[in-house]
Amino acid sequence: MSVFIDRETRLVVQGITGREGSFHTRQMLEYGTTVVAGVTPGKGGQRFEGTVPVFNVVAEAVAQTGANTSVIYVPPAMAAGAIMEAAEAGLELIVCITEGVPVMDMSRTMPFVRSRGARLIGPNCPGLITPGASKVGIIPGNICAPGRVGLVSRSGTLTYEVVNHLTRNNIGQSTCVGIGGDPIIGTDFIDCLRAFQEDPGTSAIVMIGEIGGTDEQNAAAFVKEKVTKPVIGFIAGQTAPKGRRMGHAGAIISGASGTAEEKLAAFEAADIAIMRRPLDVVDLLKARL
Amino acid sequence: MNLHEYQARALLKSAGIPMPDGDVASTPSEAESIARRIGGPVVVKAQVHSGGRGKAGGVKMARTPGEAADHASHILGMTIKGLTVHRVLVVPAADIVSESYVGIIMDRATQRPVFMVSSAGGIDIEEVAAKTPEKIVRLPVDPVYGLLPHQALTLAFALFQDFSQVRATARMMEQLYRVFADSGASLAEINPLVTTPDHRVLALDAKISIDDNELDRRPDLALLRDETAEEPSEVTARRANLSFIKLDGNVGCVVNGAGLAMATMDLVKYYGGEPANFLDIGGGSNPEKVISALKIITSDPNVKAILFNIFGGITRTDDVANGIVAATRQFQVTVPIVIRLTGTNEEAALKILEGVGMRALSDMDQAVEQVVRLAREAA
Repeated sequence: MSVFIDRETRLVVQGITGREGSFHTRQMLEYGTTVVAGVTPGKGGQRFEGTVPVFNVVAEAVAQTGANTSVIYVPPAMAAGAIMEAAEAGLELIVCITEGVPVMDMSRTMPFVRSRGARLIGPNCPGLITPGASKVGIIPGNICAPGRVGLVSRSGTLTYEVVNHLTRNNIGQSTCVGIGGDPIIGTDFIDCLRAFQEDPGTSAIVMIGEIGGTDEQNAAAFVKEKVTKPVIGFIAGQTAPKGRRMGHAGAIISGASGTAEEKLAAFEAADIAIMRRPLDVVDLLKARL
Repeated sequence: MNLHEYQARALLKSAGIPMPDGDVASTPSEAESIARRIGGPVVVKAQVHSGGRGKAGGVKMARTPGEAADHASHILGMTIKGLTVHRVLVVPAADIVSESYVGIIMDRATQRPVFMVSSAGGIDIEEVAAKTPEKIVRLPVDPVYGLLPHQALTLAFALFQDFSQVRATARMMEQLYRVFADSGASLAEINPLVTTPDHRVLALDAKISIDDNELDRRPDLALLRDETAEEPSEVTARRANLSFIKLDGNVGCVVNGAGLAMATMDLVKYYGGEPANFLDIGGGSNPEKVISALKIITSDPNVKAILFNIFGGITRTDDVANGIVAATRQFQVTVPIVIRLTGTNEEAALKILEGVGMRALSDMDQAVEQVVRLAREAA
């Protein structure tokens, strides 16, 4: 079992003929993801790698192939449009990998996505993977292994670091979700915690946050109230100075809010076991599984 | 990207927001002629990206054009919180009856622009928000429809009773929202919004931050960037497409990914060291990026040892290895380098490094412990 994606996932890749899109489509195919279609306006009728049919618009791809999930690798200025196109075409899950999407675009896009009943993951995220079943995005498949730990994270390579520790210590994962480091994102910690709590295939949850905003604090309150499975937490940026954006548009401590101390205190209050460094995930999980 | 006050003023003025006349000067004689043109007392204000300008002596009142020139010559070149003042704004000294705060921020919780207004103006709004949140009226705006007329009125009524002032203020709210939305700002504020003895409402000071993600499609706004107001190494980094922030420690860090870069800094501290920087070379590396990164880090004399922490996903670790080798051929790196590489094309990367007698570790904790020790020994 898993959350959001599984063997039933039928993927359409928006921006399949681009540099990033084509590279990662090959990786996803190699991993075993069911990639049923690609979309690049003007290239409809072609086939990607001689197999995956390419369409001009998403609606056509959905009608012809029964796609139920989209992954987006288009340039930042076109990302909001691509998300709305996917939502309008009736896709249940939309994963936007694109980094650098203007925040005002996302503010206008989110109500549209919600009104169509779609779930967006990202933007500026590595996507998600259900090891052994399906990978949507860019998380390297070879560092993951099937198992019962659900992982949710605001970051990309830090997720790989933690997953790598898990896999090397024979702790497999149900699903790993990278929700993205931007200020406005489609799926937050609470959405993922709720899904993992309800998923019979998940026995424990690892949550990797970072400085900036109040998402981790809200997630901790949710854990306290609704999550009965063990939760392990990490906050990156404990040494970050105030007022400086640490790469991610969301990772900035403004005023007194969004500090690592504040977030760790919220974790403690919710009985979330705190990782002082990525490696700690192994012992903390072993003690709780 | 933060705009200077004079740049933010220009945006608000072109949207029709009433502001006192004024202009920007980079020499005392320019300041003098602006003061003469304005006539009457003026205020000379340092233009730096920092709060607390008044406390630092960067805001001075002048009764005559000559006095304006004197103040300008003091303020120009002074340092406020590490930033050198290159320009001053000269504006008429306003007669003030009341001061209010009006601001819009892009709020992550509601995922919308949120208006914040308070009749406690002229001061640090974050302080008001923390200590007396009841003094701030908040209103989320639907970004699809923008600020609606009744919403603008509601906000204005939270500040004033006099209906002519309410009407004038509501209009300014709509204009401010338009600037916010049109420029893709993450913050736009008027602080203070003042009333005068003759019952006018004026915007006295303005602050705007533009979402960095807007700049690619808005070259007109990108031009407003003032690189003289930034740390030189951060300017070099941005030109090389690197995300870099200088810190005070002695362990230089080159990492791929913002989250891992932060976690690496934290781990340096965990093992008793102090990071010299935050540096994210991003996904999809090329050797040139690595060369630029090494150049920037080695130009900091505090750096006693350098750590590479690369977890290859989209980033190919052999690209990074090639960059390290090329950089050390181009210029001499005199401090020890500790390399941690794992992931995509790891075997090829290790071969490249072995070819020049370098070694790499695959474990992050080991690498950080080692680089902290080397930095301590060299210090």
